[in-house]
Amino acid sequence: MDFKSSDTIPGPRTEDHLPQTAQAAVKIVIVGGFGVGKTTMVGSVSEIRPLTTEETMTQAGVGVDDNYGSDSKTATTVAMDFGRISITDRLVLYLFGTPGQERFWFLWNGLFEGALGAVVLVDTRRLEVSFDVIGRLEERGVPFAVAVNSFPDAPRYPVEELRTALDLAPDIPIVECDARRRSSSRDVLMTLMRFLHSLAMTGALV
Amino acid sequence: MTPPQRKRRHPGQEPPPPPPPPRAAEPGGEEQGRPKNPERLYVITGPDGARAELDLVTLIVAREEIPPSVTPEQATLLRLCTSPLSVAELSAYLGLPFSAMTVLITELITAGLVQARAPIVRQALPDRSILEAVMHGLQKL
Ligand SMILES: Nc1nc2c(ncn2[C@@H]2O[C@H](COP(=O)(O)OP(=O)(O)OP(=O)(O)O)[C@@H](O)[C@H]2O)c(=O)[nH]1
Ligand SMILES: [Mg+2]
Repeated sequence: MDFKSSDTIPGPRTEDHLPQTAQAAVKIVIVGGFGVGKTTMVGSVSEIRPLTTEETMTQAGVGVDDNYGSDSKTATTVAMDFGRISITDRLVLYLFGTPGQERFWFLWNGLFEGALGAVVLVDTRRLEVSFDVIGRLEERGVPFAVAVNSFPDAPRYPVEELRTALDLAPDIPIVECDARRRSSSRDVLMTLMRFLHSLAMTGALV
Repeated sequence: MTPPQRKRRHPGQEPPPPPPPPRAAEPGGEEQGRPKNPERLYVITGPDGARAELDLVTLIVAREEIPPSVTPEQATLLRLCTSPLSVAELSAYLGLPFSAMTVLITELITAGLVQARAPIVRQALPDRSILEAVMHGLQKL
């Protein structure tokens, strides 16, 4: 393990240190197809400069004739942008934005299972790029809210038309947002949290 | 203009999970109601014998002064987490992949040099006070 000599290691800026009292963290995942604004959203609400962590994923079960020795398994580096919001001096919220190919995100152990929930960003110019990830969240019972990123030249559909097109259950929140604006991204997170709270009240959370 | 049409999926519709990877995964340790995950690799045992798993957002905190016996890599890591820092942040600052990071941290946990503070994860019976705290915190943004 050779990382650079210790005095050149970048670390958190003084203002990025969490208090000693920070006891636990929760996470929310921001998903959506290519270029829908995930990184933008993480960056607009994060209190720290967004960071990137990565992991090498071996996709098991891909090569049917899996002959060892010749490297038939595909290894992919999955990178993940993330930001942070201090909730109280004891509780911290992390936001993960997931670029790249969504089938790999779901191999990341515990990313979705442990998350409070997910935000699905959609771009109405290319709704279909977010179809697959919505299906995967449904399969895994990950609660989510949908945020429609308002790109200027994007077609605008009434919410109920979007709900039909995305085939979303009636209770799943759909909101418009501008991922570049902190208050707008914050409102999206609030919408998700209110939804999670209502699921908790009715005992509907998986 | 008509938008393209998606078709809803349902829990449990996934294709059968792929066979477990050749690397030995720690079996079991499933909490109630959570799906089996064959790729759970980062199970660690704390000094109290409690099993904990390193998550991206497990908070790591150095316990005490850095002893002279540690390697330079360990010293660097210990200096970074004099105040709590998530595994994800440590991985980002050190430029190490998540799994490499968990190996280093696990060594330090075993040596009793750092403490791991487990995240709060989604549960069948969620703690509503946590959800309310998050909402309250977001409102102040
Ligand atoms: N008008 C407008 N532009 C946006 C908005 N959100 C993001 N963008 C722009 O859209 C582009 C893509 O945004 P990113 O945040 O990089 O998207 P991403 O989902 O992280 O992209 P990948 O990681 O490549 O999948 C950037 O040029 C952003 O400035 C928005 O709400 N409104
Ligand atoms: Mg991105």
